[in-house]
Amino acid sequence: MSGGVDSSVAAALMDQAGHEVTGVTLKLWQGPGGEAPTHGCCTVSDSEDARRVAARLDIPYYVFDYTDDFAEAVVNPFISEYRSGRTPNPCVECNRSIKFSILLEEAARLECELLVTGHYARVSPEGNRWRLRRGVDRDKDQSYVLHMLGQEELSRTRFPVGEMTKAETRRIAADLRLRNANKRDSYEICFVQGDYRDFIAEAAPEAHRPGLIVDTSQQPVGKHRGVANFTVGQRRGLGVAAGEPRYVVELDPRTSTVVIGSDRDLQTRAIEVENVSWVTGDPPLNPTCLVQIRAHGEPVEARMEHAGLGTNRWTATFVEPERGAAPGQAAVFYRGDEVLGGGRIARLLR
Amino acid sequence: MTVLCRGKAVHQTLKETPECRPTSPDPFSTRQSDRGRAGSSSRERADQRLGLSAFTFPSKVCENREGRQIIWKRTVLYLDHAATTPIRPEVRETMSALADRGWGNPTGFHASARAAKNALEEARERVAAVLGCRPLEVVFTGGGTESDNLAVKGAAMSGERRGGVVTSAAEHEAVLSAADFLGRWGWKVDTISVDSDGLVDPSEVAEAVTSQTAVVSVMAVNNETGARQPVRKISEAVRNRSGCSAVIHTDAVQAFVSEEIRVDDLGVDLLSLAGHKFGGPTGVGVLYVRDGVALEPIQHGGGQELGRRSGTHHVLGAVGFALAMELTASDRTRFCRDVSEARRRFEFALLDKVPEVVITSHSVRTIHHSHLRFPGVANQTLLARLDRLELAASAGSSCQSGAAQVSHVLSAMGVSDADARSSVRFSFGWTTRPSEGTRAAELVLQALEDLL
Repeated sequence: MSGGVDSSVAAALMDQAGHEVTGVTLKLWQGPGGEAPTHGCCTVSDSEDARRVAARLDIPYYVFDYTDDFAEAVVNPFISEYRSGRTPNPCVECNRSIKFSILLEEAARLECELLVTGHYARVSPEGNRWRLRRGVDRDKDQSYVLHMLGQEELSRTRFPVGEMTKAETRRIAADLRLRNANKRDSYEICFVQGDYRDFIAEAAPEAHRPGLIVDTSQQPVGKHRGVANFTVGQRRGLGVAAGEPRYVVELDPRTSTVVIGSDRDLQTRAIEVENVSWVTGDPPLNPTCLVQIRAHGEPVEARMEHAGLGTNRWTATFVEPERGAAPGQAAVFYRGDEVLGGGRIARLLR
Repeated sequence: MTVLCRGKAVHQTLKETPECRPTSPDPFSTRQSDRGRAGSSSRERADQRLGLSAFTFPSKVCENREGRQIIWKRTVLYLDHAATTPIRPEVRETMSALADRGWGNPTGFHASARAAKNALEEARERVAAVLGCRPLEVVFTGGGTESDNLAVKGAAMSGERRGGVVTSAAEHEAVLSAADFLGRWGWKVDTISVDSDGLVDPSEVAEAVTSQTAVVSVMAVNNETGARQPVRKISEAVRNRSGCSAVIHTDAVQAFVSEEIRVDDLGVDLLSLAGHKFGGPTGVGVLYVRDGVALEPIQHGGGQELGRRSGTHHVLGAVGFALAMELTASDRTRFCRDVSEARRRFEFALLDKVPEVVITSHSVRTIHHSHLRFPGVANQTLLARLDRLELAASAGSSCQSGAAQVSHVLSAMGVSDADARSSVRFSFGWTTRPSEGTRAAELVLQALEDLL
């Protein structure tokens, strides 16, 4: 329970359905002196909200501290990925390494059969397997950051609010007179206050090596203060004047070079995806699917090709060249609303 | 973001059944016989007088079909007395009776003011009698934290000298944060390290004291581990220091719970107490201030408590505090017998089955603490399981959000973070019966089942 409306309503729905519910807030992040943050997630006021909801539902409530695990599995990789010129998705790593790993184990130790979160996604049994589908509310859908879940995790996971729209969730919260019914949605990276670039500059100052901005023919057109300030596809804040719109098309952390180009240079023919996992455990027989390459992007048609037996690398070739792919982001494979699997974008093939 | 679900439709069924009955068996067979049974033994009647049998929490409120509210009384095995204690029934009754007639402002000019003033001053005299000091040496405060703050900041800021602070690394946050505050504003602060039992070396404390030192603060009993500091030796060593004019403070909040405290025996000038640790109300504390010791007030206003602590008096609280103190003193023999026996049974049964359990500060601790390390077991998992088994214990140190934290006390003792995260504090108190030690060990063993 984050203290937000979604997990609060998820708890209430499970309680109403007759389960014996235990509320848990994860403490994942703290200031350098051990103090609780005052913005973002894991604030004391968030846990106070969650505690009040648990009290209103009359369920036990605990705060579990996974600060060290979170730093190791999420925050440190987040920093090193940016330093390497990639664009990480920390929510994916948190779900993979904390919520659906450490916390799921903890749930078992507390004799809990199910882990329930306030994610907007649907999990349902079909035949002898579990399916993972997009949430009913397409605008709020979070299946993208849950693509790593396999059969074992899904069998022990429920997303009650994935079956409804955000408006319905808020209505239920209001009906239950939960104090956070009108709390605003959070969109930020939970452990970053303000601009993530400032966070990285502070966390890894040594990574901020000034370098050149060059065009696609390697001609210098400007200077920058570190590749970690950029992400592939970025248009704003390049500090380069040009006639037509210019975008970051490539980052080279070794030489600290930022390559910019036109919209055309951003077009990607295919992506190489690493660390791919499949929801059913096996790749689908039909190689055509929809692939989504950004958290809030539209899925596009692509054809999947295995890089070779014994590897978990796949190449996804877009039917129409795609722009907006960035190394480090998740590539998630769908068929219709159903998540087939996904992995991390390793390389762009132009 | 997360909810864990366990088992079947438990309280849904309860909400819908016409009669609500607690499903879990009361773990206290002895308790059940205590509860108002005719022809009970003299021991049981004595227990009832002490309020021991009345210790239950209303834990579930539900409605039957007619819409009538039913409150379950659920008995919790409460072993978190170092956090706070249930109020003694005599204290509750006295305070509630006084609420009707003792509500005046003691500084007023009329009969209701005089009645309140009399009640307050009588409470002061009774506190003084227990501590072996003079009534005007007793300052009522808003609790243990405020007493510590007034002692450390008040002494350091007093007079022209603006002297330094000498304290230990294992103090309560109230003292450490007050010292830290002073440090940030330019005072000299010396924090003396502690050994693996959490104790300071008195000579090391004395050596840190200079003619510039205004206050020395070392707690009598540690709130987490129960380790007893050699306060008497510290005060002697500091006083023998030539040219030293420092005042000596001790936080005796935990010490008073299980030990007789006489200020002259300890040789201190300032001593903090908190009412809710021994069956009194929360929100009331005392700072003993030896006659002649100057304190700069840290809370300014109407000049109550001879200017040492402004703010309208909490008369009810002061009276409840004094009574709880007297009851603690008169109940001392029984308390020590029952609590020692409960802890002996608890630790004996536990270590018999799980010999790898480590007792913190084993040879130097007070009788009501059992701070244990369960190697390889995450304390948050164990505490959540114990809560489910209706045994209340604590990690000893928690952050504002309620998450278990690595304790600065254990860190100061050289305990690794991993070991600190596998430590749990069980603390016994005035409601504890010897049989609870045995029962607690059973519950802990049950909770540990597959964790070790």
